[in-house]
Amino acid sequence: MQIFQTDLLCIGAGLAGERVAIEAADNGFSVICLSLVPARRSHSSAAQGGMQAALGNSAMGEGDSPDVHFADTVKGSDWGADQECARIFVDTAPIAMRQMAFWGVPWNRVVPGEATYYKGGKPFTAFEKPENEGLIHSRSFGGTAKWRTCYTSDGTGHAVLYTLDNRAAQMGVEVHDKTEAIALIHDGETCMGAIVRCLKTGELRAYLSRATLIATGGYGRIYRESTNAVICDGGGHIAALDTGVVPMGNPEAIQFHPTGIVPTDILVTEGCRGDGGTLLDVNQYRFMPDYEPDKAELASRDVVSRRMTEHMRKGLGVKSPYGDHLWLDIRHLGEKHITTKLREVQEICESFLGVDPVHQLIPVRPTQHYSMGGVRTNKDGAAYGLKGLYSAGEAACWDMHGFNRLGGNSLAETIVAGMHVGGKVVEFLSGTETVIKTECMRDAYRKQEDRIRALIHGTNGRENVYAVRNAMFDTIMKGAGIFRNGADLQESVDKLSEILVRARKVGLKSNGLGANQELAIALKIEGMVKLAQCVCYAALKRTESRGAHTREDFPERNDRDWLNRTLATWAKPEDVLPTLNYEPSTTVFEIPPGERGYGGGKIIPMDTPPKATPKGKKA
Amino acid sequence: MARMLKFNIFRYNPQDPNSVPHMQSFTIDETESMTLFIVLNRLREEQDPSLQFDFCCRAGICGACAMVVNGRPGLACHTKTKDLPDEITLMPLPIFKLVGDLSVDTGTWFRAMYKKIESWCHTKKVFDPTAQEERMDNAVAEAIYELDRCVECGCCVAACGTALMREDFLGATTLNRVARFMLDPRDERTEKEYFDIIGTDEGIFGCMGLLACQDVCPKYLPLQDVLGKLRKKMAFAAVNNFLPSFLKREINL
Ligand SMILES: Cc1cc2nc3c(=O)[nH]c(=O)nc-3n(C[C@H](O)[C@H](O)[C@H](O)COP(=O)(O)OP(=O)(O)OC[C@H]3O[C@@H](n4cnc5c(N)ncnc54)[C@H](O)[C@@H]3O)c2cc1C
Ligand code: SF4
Ligand code: SF4
Ligand code: FES
Repeated sequence: MQIFQTDLLCIGAGLAGERVAIEAADNGFSVICLSLVPARRSHSSAAQGGMQAALGNSAMGEGDSPDVHFADTVKGSDWGADQECARIFVDTAPIAMRQMAFWGVPWNRVVPGEATYYKGGKPFTAFEKPENEGLIHSRSFGGTAKWRTCYTSDGTGHAVLYTLDNRAAQMGVEVHDKTEAIALIHDGETCMGAIVRCLKTGELRAYLSRATLIATGGYGRIYRESTNAVICDGGGHIAALDTGVVPMGNPEAIQFHPTGIVPTDILVTEGCRGDGGTLLDVNQYRFMPDYEPDKAELASRDVVSRRMTEHMRKGLGVKSPYGDHLWLDIRHLGEKHITTKLREVQEICESFLGVDPVHQLIPVRPTQHYSMGGVRTNKDGAAYGLKGLYSAGEAACWDMHGFNRLGGNSLAETIVAGMHVGGKVVEFLSGTETVIKTECMRDAYRKQEDRIRALIHGTNGRENVYAVRNAMFDTIMKGAGIFRNGADLQESVDKLSEILVRARKVGLKSNGLGANQELAIALKIEGMVKLAQCVCYAALKRTESRGAHTREDFPERNDRDWLNRTLATWAKPEDVLPTLNYEPSTTVFEIPPGERGYGGGKIIPMDTPPKATPKGKKA
Repeated sequence: MARMLKFNIFRYNPQDPNSVPHMQSFTIDETESMTLFIVLNRLREEQDPSLQFDFCCRAGICGACAMVVNGRPGLACHTKTKDLPDEITLMPLPIFKLVGDLSVDTGTWFRAMYKKIESWCHTKKVFDPTAQEERMDNAVAEAIYELDRCVECGCCVAACGTALMREDFLGATTLNRVARFMLDPRDERTEKEYFDIIGTDEGIFGCMGLLACQDVCPKYLPLQDVLGKLRKKMAFAAVNNFLPSFLKREINL
C-alpha cells in the first residue's frame, strides 16, 4: 500500500479546492489536491458567464454595494440561504476578485466613453466614466439589481482556473491528477484522510491528512440530462454520506436550465431567449404565451423549465432517439444578429449538432444545471459530523444559495468561500493536533480492496452497472425533475429502494485491470443511487414550493413550517432510505422573508416573524 | 441517415499482462447529431465495457478528449460522425504516456512544462486587500486572454515533428504560454530571463516552423504569429546577450 501524508488533503482541484489549497500553502502547510482529471480540466473551466462581486465600476453597476448584492442573493435563494454566510460572501467578493486580478486574471476592463449594450434584443447606450478607465468591468446576469458580473470575454472560468492553478504551482501545492477518492478514513469522530484509486494504474492508495476538504463540485450526473461535465458524479458526497455521520444539506434543491441542446445537453445561453428567440413544440407551435401571457419565453429560468416540461408531458414534445425535446427558434433574429451577438450559440450548434441556427431549429430540453445542496458545513466550512473535515464550492452546502442560486454567484462562491474557508482551515491546522490512527486507515483500505475484489469476481451478483444507472436516471427524473408531486415522488422513492438493492449486486463484465473505467463507475453506483434517493426522499417530505423545488400539490411557499434546511444522513450502510433531520435556514435575519419578485405563488407566512438582526450577529 | 459505421480502435492495457497492442473493430448504427462522444459511450455501454477513453466537459472547452481521428489530432467531443467516412480509425495521442486504449496522461506533461517555464506572474509587489485593483488597459487584457485560451489538449504537441524527435522540446503550447506572460505587464521578468527559458533548441530555436501545430489547434490560437514574434524577439535578445555593454549603450539597445 502506497501511503501519502500531508497537512491538508483537498479532494478536488477546481476553483474551490485550489483556492483553499493556496491559502494553506501560503501559510506554510503541505497540501495535496486530488482530481479525476488534470486540475485545469475541472468543471470550473466550463463557466463562461462570469462571477459576481459588487465593485460598481461599470455604468450599469453604478451605486452597487455589498448590501445590494446581499439583498439579491437572499431574495434569489427564496429565503432559504444562511444570511450570515451570504453576508460574508458579499463583503469578501470584491477583495477576492481584485486578488485574482493581482495573480493574473485578464478581467475585462472599463473602456471610457459611450458603449452599446443589449437588452431584450434592443441596443442601448451607456456612458462609462473616464475616471473608471482600466478598472474591472462587469456585465449583466439574470436576477440582479445591478450589473456586477466580472468576466473575461466568454471564458471566465477557464481564465480564472488557469491563473489559480499557476498560483497553486508557484506555492508548491501538489496536484495528483487522475486520482479518485473513494472513501474517507475516519473513526466516526475525526477525519484522517481518504482511500484513493489511481486512475492511471488502478492501484489503491491511502492519503493521511490532518485536515481534509471536499471540493468535488456538483452531483448533476445522477441525472441523465445535465449541463455538468461527465465527472460531476458526486464522488465527494458519496464518501461523506458513507461515513454515516456527515449530512447532506438540502439535497432536493436542484436547479434546471431551460435550454440544454439535445443530444449532448450542452448549454446554449439564456441570451437566445433574451434577444427574442421562441420555443416551439412538435407542431412548431409557439406555446409559451399560452402559459405565461405576460413574459412568455422571458419568464425566469425555473418558470420556463417548468412550462416546457408541462408541455412535453402533454405529448407535445418532439420524439428523438435521445428522448423528447422541444425546439428553440432564433431564425427570425436574422443572420447578422446571430453571427455577431449570438456567435457562441451558432458555434455550439454547428460544432455539436451540425445545425445552422440561421436556417434551422435548435433541439432543446430543460436540463439539470446546478446542485444547491451538498456537504453541510457551518459558516467556517467545517462539515457537520466529523472533525477535520471541510467542504467548499458547489460540493458544499455552506448555504448562501438556499433554494435557487443566482447566476454568477456560484463561480464567485468558489473563490470567496475558498478564501474564507481556507483561512479557517489554517486556523485549525495551526491550533490542533490530529492523532492519525493507522488501524482506521488499514480498515478503510481493506474494505475498499474487498469491494473491488467482489466487483471483479461478481461475488455479490452480476448486475450490469449501466443498466442500474439507466434505471436510476429514469426514476429520479420522473420524481425529482422540474415539477414534483407526492405520488410521483413516492413512486420514485420506492423504485430507488429497489434499484439500490440491485446496485449492491453489480459485477464487472470486463477484467477490471488497470485504469479500468467500468470499475470506477461500479465503485460509485451504489453511492449515486443513495444520493438520488436523498434527493427524492427529501423532496417528498418537503411539502411546499421554494425556489427551484416546485411541488404541484403544494404550490405555496410555506415559511410557517418549512423555513428550514434538510439534513440527510445515511445512518446504516444497509438502509434503503436516508435519515432526515431539519435545522433553521438561518439564525440571523438581516432581511425577513418577503416576496420573491417573480414566478408568483402564494406564501404562507411565519407565525412569529423574525426581527432584523444587525450584520453578522446571532438572533 | 441510418449508415452503419465501422470503427477501428487502438486497444492496449499496459496494466494487463495479457494485453498486446492491437486494433479492434466495432460497428454501430449512426443516429442524428451523433458525435464521437456519443459513439464511444455507446460502444462502452453496449459492446465492450473495458474500452478506455477520456471525456470531461463534452463541450469543446476542457481539452480532455483529444485523440487521433483518421490520422489527425482533434477533440472527439466536437467531431460529428456525419463529417466522417463510414470507416473511422481512432488512435491515442502520441508523445503523451498511454494510460490505456485512447486515454493518455497529458497532466504530467503539462505540469512539468509549466514548472519549467514558471507559468505564473513574477512580481515583487504584495497584494493589498484594502486597495483598489491596479488598472489595466482593456485591449491588453483582451490580448492576454487571446493567448490564454489554450485548453492544453495536446493536439499541437502530438502533431509536431520536432516534439516527436526530441522529448525535451517545449512545444507550441508552451511557447504560447510564455508569450502570454511576456505580454502581461504584471509579470516583471526581463527579456533576458525569458531568453534563458526558451532561447534554446528545446525552445523557440528547435521549432521548424512548419506549423502543423496551428493547423490542428481546436481553439484556433494564432500559433504561427506567436512563434514568429517569439523567434524574432529571442534572436534579438541573443544578439543583445553577446554584445558588450559599451556597444549596447552605443547603439541604444
Ligand atoms: C455549463 C455551465 C456553465 C456555468 N457557468 C457559470 C457562470 O457563468 N457563472 C457561475 O457563477 N457559475 C457557473 N456555473 C457553475 C460553476 O461553474 C460551478 O458551480 C463551479 O465551477 C464549481 O466549482 P468547484 O470548484 O466547486 O468544483 P469543480 O470545478 O467541478 O471541481 C471539482 C473537482 O473535484 C474533482 N473530483 C470530483 N470527484 C472527485 C473524487 N471522487 N476524487 C478526487 N477528485 C474528485 C474534479 O476532478 C475537480 O477537480 C456553470 C456551470 C455549468 C455546468
Ligand atoms: S511550427 Fe514548430 S511547434 Fe509548430 S508543429 Fe512545427 S515545429 Fe512544432
Ligand atoms: S495550443 Fe491549441 S492545440 Fe495546443 S494545447 Fe493549446 S489548445 Fe491544444
Ligand atoms: S470533453 Fe472537454 S473538450 Fe472534449
